[in-house]
Amino acid sequence: MERNVSYIALFAALIAVLGLVPKIDLAAGVPITAQSLGIMLCGTVLGARRGALAVLLFLALVAAGLPLLSGGRGGLGVFAQPSVGFLIGFPVAAFVTGWVMERTTLATGPAAWAASVIGGIAVLYVFGIAGLSIMLEKSLDEAALIAVAFLPGDALKTVLAGMVTAGLANMRPGTLLSRPGV
Amino acid sequence: MGPVMLTLTSPVETALHRLPAGAKMATLCGFTVGLFAMDGLLSLTVALVVVGLAYAPGGRPFMQAGLRALWPLWPFVLVVAAWHALTQAPAAGAVVILRLVAAVAAANLVTMTTPLSAMIALFQWLARPLAPLGLPPRRLALAMALVIRFVPVLLQNAGLLTQAWRARSSRPPRWRLLPPLALSAIDEADRVAEALRARGGAG
Repeated sequence: MERNVSYIALFAALIAVLGLVPKIDLAAGVPITAQSLGIMLCGTVLGARRGALAVLLFLALVAAGLPLLSGGRGGLGVFAQPSVGFLIGFPVAAFVTGWVMERTTLATGPAAWAASVIGGIAVLYVFGIAGLSIMLEKSLDEAALIAVAFLPGDALKTVLAGMVTAGLANMRPGTLLSRPGV
Repeated sequence: MGPVMLTLTSPVETALHRLPAGAKMATLCGFTVGLFAMDGLLSLTVALVVVGLAYAPGGRPFMQAGLRALWPLWPFVLVVAAWHALTQAPAAGAVVILRLVAAVAAANLVTMTTPLSAMIALFQWLARPLAPLGLPPRRLALAMALVIRFVPVLLQNAGLLTQAWRARSSRPPRWRLLPPLALSAIDEADRVAEALRARGGAG
């Protein structure tokens, strides 16, 4: 139980830190924040239920008024912005990522990559695009056009999620709550 | 550690600061639902003016802070304005923009006038029905406190890892920072779990 609480809290903190570390400059010359990588890692490392709880905990603190979203944003205002669909999709994305991670029989790295593509991109974008469409009164196609701008960065992050997850399993066996025994 | 863990509550004390958080939250919910039910230019302009007037008692610095908090909206305003200029439906565009600005300004106002502790207390009160599902309010409070405590710790770890990398290489660390940073989160989590067990559990 203590391990559940501390892992959920520390991964909520990790999501925040990945958004606050000043532009990790993940690939040469492409400054992107790694916040959505944190969402993917919650799923691949903690599994479906705990991963989603970590993301919900993070969002609760953002709503309570801490500027923990990438770019130092926070407060209730971010839930009234057109990008709110992505925020609502975050916990679902982490859940689906974790769900896939718990069930696939692939090796850890490829499993984490595939789970991140399904949860962190496919599922997240459904929510994000629906949110843009509703908030800006645009059709789903038009909203998808806006969201596509983030696709290359997020695709890169799924690869990183696979590498980081495999690295953690190597360095600390038994640490992936999503895959007991790995 | 920088200004990271400062909250978004305004240091300028207004009358709104003294209202209970629950009342402000309920009003905000009602107001936002109302905004999405309106689609007239006039009614939405009135709604925006009402929000603006609610900022007024805070004085100039408070209103300026409110304006600054609206700044992240500009890309959306630009996209919508350009789109509706192209499709020659400026009124429809104005409706979307007015509603957006009014909704965000109202939400920001609640955040700016409610201390973090009051908001967290409200969330814990709202989460009471979850207790039978395995989330007693005490555990939620513990988890929230742990996040607030460990964001600066992990930021510091990220800084130390970057310095350690710079000492060895002239190139920036880029993604190579990520595995050790995630590992540091896991190690901290293991230590916290141990410390909680030693002190009688997570409740």
